[in-house]
Amino acid sequence: MTEHNVRNFNINFGPQHPAAHGVLRLVLELDGEIVERVDPHIGLLHRGTEKLIEAKTYLQAIPYFDRLDYVAPMNQEHAFALAVERLTGTEVPIRGQLIRVLYSEIGRILSHLLNVTTQAMDVGALTPPLWGFEEREKLMVFYERACGARMHSAYIRPGGVHQDLPHELVEDIGKWIDPFLKTVDDIDELLTGNRIFKQRNVDIGVVKLEDAWAWGFSGVMVRGSGAAWDLRRAQPYECYSDLQFDIPIGKNGDCYDRYLIRMIEMRQSALIMRQCVDRLLGDAKVGPVSSLDGKIVPPKRGEMKRSMEALIHHFKLYTEGYHVPAGEVYAAVEAPKGEFGVFLVSDGTNKPYRCKIRAPGYAHLQAMDFLCRGHQLADVSAVLGSLDIVFGEVDR
Amino acid sequence: MSEALNELATYLREARGSLIADAAIKYGELTLTATAEKVIELLTFLRDDARCGFISFIDVCGVDYPQRPDRFDVVYHLLSPRQNLRVRVKVATADGEPVPSATSVYPGADWFEREAYDMYGILFTGHPDLRRILTDYGFEGYPLRKDFPMTGFVEVRYDDEVKRVVYEPVELRQEFRNFDFLSPWEGTDYVLPGDEKAKR
Repeated sequence: MTEHNVRNFNINFGPQHPAAHGVLRLVLELDGEIVERVDPHIGLLHRGTEKLIEAKTYLQAIPYFDRLDYVAPMNQEHAFALAVERLTGTEVPIRGQLIRVLYSEIGRILSHLLNVTTQAMDVGALTPPLWGFEEREKLMVFYERACGARMHSAYIRPGGVHQDLPHELVEDIGKWIDPFLKTVDDIDELLTGNRIFKQRNVDIGVVKLEDAWAWGFSGVMVRGSGAAWDLRRAQPYECYSDLQFDIPIGKNGDCYDRYLIRMIEMRQSALIMRQCVDRLLGDAKVGPVSSLDGKIVPPKRGEMKRSMEALIHHFKLYTEGYHVPAGEVYAAVEAPKGEFGVFLVSDGTNKPYRCKIRAPGYAHLQAMDFLCRGHQLADVSAVLGSLDIVFGEVDR
Repeated sequence: MSEALNELATYLREARGSLIADAAIKYGELTLTATAEKVIELLTFLRDDARCGFISFIDVCGVDYPQRPDRFDVVYHLLSPRQNLRVRVKVATADGEPVPSATSVYPGADWFEREAYDMYGILFTGHPDLRRILTDYGFEGYPLRKDFPMTGFVEVRYDDEVKRVVYEPVELRQEFRNFDFLSPWEGTDYVLPGDEKAKR
């Protein structure tokens, strides 16, 4: 072939490609099989969440957060609840905090199970998703038993959580932990030493730590590059400072390290859940699950039958909603995918003036060009898998 | 936490007072106000100075205040993992008045600035690729501005005759209802319907 016949090749990856994790369209410029340039086109799932939230009361805004990262819904609600609580100065009772932590960790396991197993599927393994999704199904049943919905729970609300958990549910969650650790071991055995899995992931998508910070990475993406940075430890919220857990960090910053970190984090989350379960059945067995401030948290049904004040509060909170003092806060949680932040601007009325949602996946996906340049075409899906992208939160 | 922030604010005022118009701590968070000309210098200082170390880029977003002459705020959030502190930098800008892009300081600002451009029409000079990002191909208008209607201007459907997706002006079966639940006893600054008769 003569020299002038060799030219770069542009291809579309997605939006219907199964390894695109939803609705990502990547425009790839290829020189043979080497990726020269990646241009992600996003926004195919853009629903205008931030605009919609500006027209809703604070309580009505919560369900939108479930629909962002829909594999770990409660972690998002948590960030919003923390932002509102910081503006209103609301304290959450210990039982409410433990339930929040318990369900945040369930969310983390839900997300990591999906990510680890589908990453394996992206590089050719078919069994892990079948094993992982079985456990996810059980976790979704716990979601359903707490709030009535498998995914879009609207359970963590400013001031606490919506309803108390029955003791049987807490016991069942406790019983689930040990078999789950066995399943993680099984998946571990299947993948960690697997020759093909290692060939596809080791030394692929290496990120140096300073690059990771500058690109706005967070969560597993910085821990994989060697930073012992976890918001649950560094800037603790709820009762994380009382709980025992370790933060795994990687050495090489490649896709394989990120996979290993997610596996260890799942085990650590299970340990945190064990501690929460013990306390929810022990010293925090009874007690309020949400703030007792009647101006923020609606009263219980039973109270409304007898108390006129409770009835008035109920009516006011479900029509007008509560007023949040004017000001600006940025509240962040360690979501499974990284730092999920909510920048809330309040003008003192019952609706947020501006609610900027800082999704970790958005910052990670923008580095696709930086991460994939010079890699093989087949590595694109491995890198994409290890970034842990969910389009609900990227497109918002 | 807030002691460290106080210290940082004092230090910044002393070291780079000319770059900062205001430094305030509210709700336990430090907010620096800067001008568009000086913001890049300030961000570079915050990143490189040994006592700041804000190497992690978190967020850039716009906020719209239509009643102000400089109607937009561009809000930067930075994180210093070493000091374990966060800082917010605010820059006010008018419609059509560009702000220098932070991509030279933090490569991660790229998409966040594209989003601010897409949603508010804030222009960033020196940005490598200032295209729309979240909205549809060929979209017009800036949806997060306060004067942009919630329902938008166009709607799409698949037309079976021409065999493609067509854009049409939005047609509402019912007007968009924006309920005003604000209590008339506290907080409204407008005249309630009927109250104007009381003056006569």
